[in-house]
Amino acid sequence: MDNTVDARGLSCPQPVLITIEQIKKMGKGRIAVLVDTDTSRENVARAAESQGWHIENIEPDGIGYKISISKE
Amino acid sequence: MVQIKSFFATRWGIVSVGAFIGIFAALLQKLGNPGNMGICVACMERDVAGAIGLHRAAVVQYMRPEIIGFVLGALLSAYLFREYRPRAGSASIVRFFLGVFAMIGALVFLGCPWRALLRLAGGDANAILGLAGLIGGIWIGVLFLKGGYNLGRSSQTHSSAGWLLALMMAGFLVLMLIFPQIEGEERSGVLFYSVKGPGAMHAPLFISLIVGISVGFFAQRSRFCTMGAFRDLILFRQTHLFLGVLSLLIFAFATNLILGQFNMGFTGQPVAHTMHVWNFGGMLLAGLAFALAGGCPGRQLFLSGEGDGDAAVFVLGMIVGAAFSHNFGLASSPAGVGAHGVAAVIIGILVCLFIGFTMREKSA
Repeated sequence: MDNTVDARGLSCPQPVLITIEQIKKMGKGRIAVLVDTDTSRENVARAAESQGWHIENIEPDGIGYKISISKE
Repeated sequence: MVQIKSFFATRWGIVSVGAFIGIFAALLQKLGNPGNMGICVACMERDVAGAIGLHRAAVVQYMRPEIIGFVLGALLSAYLFREYRPRAGSASIVRFFLGVFAMIGALVFLGCPWRALLRLAGGDANAILGLAGLIGGIWIGVLFLKGGYNLGRSSQTHSSAGWLLALMMAGFLVLMLIFPQIEGEERSGVLFYSVKGPGAMHAPLFISLIVGISVGFFAQRSRFCTMGAFRDLILFRQTHLFLGVLSLLIFAFATNLILGQFNMGFTGQPVAHTMHVWNFGGMLLAGLAFALAGGCPGRQLFLSGEGDGDAAVFVLGMIVGAAFSHNFGLASSPAGVGAHGVAAVIIGILVCLFIGFTMREKSA
């Protein structure tokens, strides 16, 4: 995993903002985004797809989720 | 369960929820709620503030069951779908003041974003100014978000801490059942009721409650948010939430046409005034406050139901803001802006700018 974005505890729209910031910084590669609400899980996944990134996996992580996204 | 869960995250999910709110809001008006106010989170919280005597504006006192239902419905949905997340501690005091000034702004316009849409769907052209102000306020909020504005992280808390606003709402419902409205009386036990004016106009209690619970349930699932709709459009060019708002507007309009509740124009509109600058200005303040707090007033109620203690503090701020609005003569009436409404909007915008400029805490 190249990078981890920790969006836990952040309210809307911060998780999406910092995920997109990381996506723009990297251009391609793999990112793990940690979120703690279902709203953030949906929003981050939706935003990553709209940026042309692929959702590899979403798995439970503590009380929240770890979303793995990638772009070749 | 998983299928239902994913449906609400889809485009059709959010459109269905917007349609549900639009249709039932128009129906609640038909069943007795005030004109173009089938559902208005700001007005209804203002009426709740009046019902418990935080302000004594005689025409706007009623314990609105819709508000109670929104929180309880969201709580139910969050538990049923395992999304209940008790959390708190993200600059609560800031959220309280954002709630206060959001309400002050909304009551200068006379409505929350939901009612702005419902007013437009009922033909009230003044709502165009309100919606323009709302979008302007959200746009300023987006500039702050882009500049690094951030209220910091919340942290996990006790399950019971996340229930508190829902318990308060359940308590309000119990009070309403113990002290029901008495025909022609301004008071029943500890609760205040309006004998005339918008506060005296309401759908039957249990219908309001059931619609409220249903809206709370579906809106929690779909993350319906009128502020988020415009914010995501401006910030990310994303249309997901906006489709829900558009759906609310279209279905409320269609239902109004069918029920004969559509009446186009600026003047003679129910619970509205025609001071364009302050319809715009009031909602500019409200939109900015919602954007800085991360949700429209409806969304803050649904978040409270799923355990967000910071959203609950925003709601309490709005209820207190309603008390200031009526006690200090800030709220508008059909005659126009209140005696000190303009000053309050200017102060509110300054407070929001202060918050936006100074709170750029790093999230890490």
